[in-house]
Amino acid sequence: MSEGREQRVLDALEQNRRRPPRFTAPRIDMSHGAGGKATHKLIEGLLLPAFDNPALAPLADAAMLPLGDASLAISTDSYVVRPLVFPGGSIGELAVNGTVNDLAVSGATPFALSAALIVEEGLETGVLAHEVEAMAAAAGNAGVAIATGDTKVVERGKADGLYITTTGVGVADPESNLSSASVRPGDKILCSGTLGDHGAAILIARGDLELEAEVFSDTRALTPLVRALGEAAGSGLRFMRDPTRGGVGTVLNELARDSGYGVALWEENIPIRDVVNGACEILGIDPLYVANEGKLLAVVAPEVADSALEALRRVEGGEEAAIIGEIRDEPARMVLMHTRFGGARMIDMLVGDPLPRIC
Amino acid sequence: MKYVDEFRNADLARAVSAEIYSLVDPNRPYKIMEVCGGHTHTIYRHGIKDLLPDQVELVHGPGCPVCVLPMGRVDEGIAIAERPEVIFTCFGDMMRVPGSKGNLLEVKAEGADIRMVYSPLDALRIARENPDREVVFYAIGFETTAPSTALTLQRAKKEGIENFSVFCNHVTIVPPVRALLDSPDLRLDAFIGPGHVSTVIGCRPYGFMPADYGKPCVVAGFEPLDLMQSVLMLIRQLDEGRCEVENQYGRAVLWEGNLKALEAMAEAFELRPYFEWRGLGFIAQSALKLSAEYADLDAELRYSTPGVRVADPKACQCGEVLKGVLKPPECKVFGTACTPERPLGALMVSSEGACAAYYNFGRKSFEKVEIGSR
Repeated sequence: MSEGREQRVLDALEQNRRRPPRFTAPRIDMSHGAGGKATHKLIEGLLLPAFDNPALAPLADAAMLPLGDASLAISTDSYVVRPLVFPGGSIGELAVNGTVNDLAVSGATPFALSAALIVEEGLETGVLAHEVEAMAAAAGNAGVAIATGDTKVVERGKADGLYITTTGVGVADPESNLSSASVRPGDKILCSGTLGDHGAAILIARGDLELEAEVFSDTRALTPLVRALGEAAGSGLRFMRDPTRGGVGTVLNELARDSGYGVALWEENIPIRDVVNGACEILGIDPLYVANEGKLLAVVAPEVADSALEALRRVEGGEEAAIIGEIRDEPARMVLMHTRFGGARMIDMLVGDPLPRIC
Repeated sequence: MKYVDEFRNADLARAVSAEIYSLVDPNRPYKIMEVCGGHTHTIYRHGIKDLLPDQVELVHGPGCPVCVLPMGRVDEGIAIAERPEVIFTCFGDMMRVPGSKGNLLEVKAEGADIRMVYSPLDALRIARENPDREVVFYAIGFETTAPSTALTLQRAKKEGIENFSVFCNHVTIVPPVRALLDSPDLRLDAFIGPGHVSTVIGCRPYGFMPADYGKPCVVAGFEPLDLMQSVLMLIRQLDEGRCEVENQYGRAVLWEGNLKALEAMAEAFELRPYFEWRGLGFIAQSALKLSAEYADLDAELRYSTPGVRVADPKACQCGEVLKGVLKPPECKVFGTACTPERPLGALMVSSEGACAAYYNFGRKSFEKVEIGSR
């Protein structure tokens, strides 16, 4: 095949890719909630065009709203996990930590949350009380107040026991310039600990698979890790995300696409627990796409990478932090992983839905 | 992970790679097809192509059972799933396979009761637990999964579970490989035989490849070192002028296969006179249906499926890509009428299909990657 013709086909594909996506699905299916490609299409093809405004446009974890000289950060998230209580945590704790983390990785200091509870008729009061206490404890731990809220009860069968939506506000650090546009080739990618723990814990806790393994959700507030990282890396801190739904594979693809640079990973440096690896192996799931609820992914300038790593490792929940990759010029807009085996592999964004209802 | 990490050892990989480099004849290409989709997955996941010399090209074969399912069979499954009395069960990877009007995920969103299972026995359990509903299992796969469907059928019959039936789409591996070999424009030198299938059927059925077509075959395991060693064994055969079936996967594959599994299959299934493959057309005796003995558990009979045929679009050239005659971007519909979101051909369905990989990663999908410094 002539080089010229192949190039024309590739150029046409690239042009297609840059065109704003249209949402054409006749109905919403489960893949639209999985955090991967289908979710992107839904957001960029249906929601973004309707709500279009400068605060929403970056599609970041939290939106920044200018307020006088300062800037207010706001973020919202709904929690629909089943089972409500799982090894290592429960929906109440998750609902507070998840929203606190979205603010923290956006460079904001969270100070207040709102909480909306949608309760299914028949839920035992003891179960609800357990979750409310879990929310209170997590909020106390993260230093935020649950300042307002709402409760609704729906008929039996209309909700899976309990759904929680939390919205958080925080004060953005005026010095911080966290953005995919800030990353440069040579920057290092840090991960604050083992990947896939939350998703694997939920999957095993659901009991559909008759797997017995001790895996605990990693749900925790990332604020102490973010603070330590900020102090150690200073202006060398370029970008942060918490790799929840869609996992590290999806977050890094978003980074590659938005920054225009390539992302390279080193498989042997990526921390994954043996038991999580084993469960994923049996189920045919790639841990790079499994959700985390207490992990931080950060891009820092190369000269501060080692001190940033040391700082993360000194904080509880960051002991197993590692430098897992770097930003490169090539392959532009793509994620490549150098495999432990000695080859390389392209990492795509999550397609479809490996794990239903995990957060 | 014990018993796994040993087969992913990078030092051993480098050693095998070096041996392959030292053996290859620089003046000839080595086009090797891995028949099985599981091997394709291993090759991608561990980046095996980067450890092989430029002359050695791995061509991905027809061995992904969900990818080769024609649209008509998906449509018929959907028609059964849409019946209000039916609980439709299938493996997770079936959910996104496109029929002519949509996939099972979309039909589920429209209200059909579709449940993912990990084993046909789970489907049978659902039937036991829901005696007032009809439970249908959408059986797919090569000889690898066919025995578990056969055992489930045996158990259903023994327990007298009447609200259970199987929509059988099991296919067999040898006929499509023979069809490829029969093609006059084939440009392949050797084959990596499917390991899991061979744990059931053994190595004997591949004898026709060297005997009738002069192509060597090595039955391989699924870890990356298994594949590297198989490539080495094939190159040795080609260089030494030998041509035979060899078994690299001796720790799991017996030459004679698994006789008990074969017996169960022989009882539960019989060969269909022909079956359609997405992108490859009709292939004689390439699929299984339930035997007369199990006719009352056959969903095709219970729901009188009409045997709809939805023609592959004429422009689809999956067959040529499979034979190694065309590269994905040379296909007329690549990236236009055929995309990963709306695939026409088998090679666009799975994310590891040659066309889907090329669509997502361009030349990077088959170019060697320079293993840069750390």
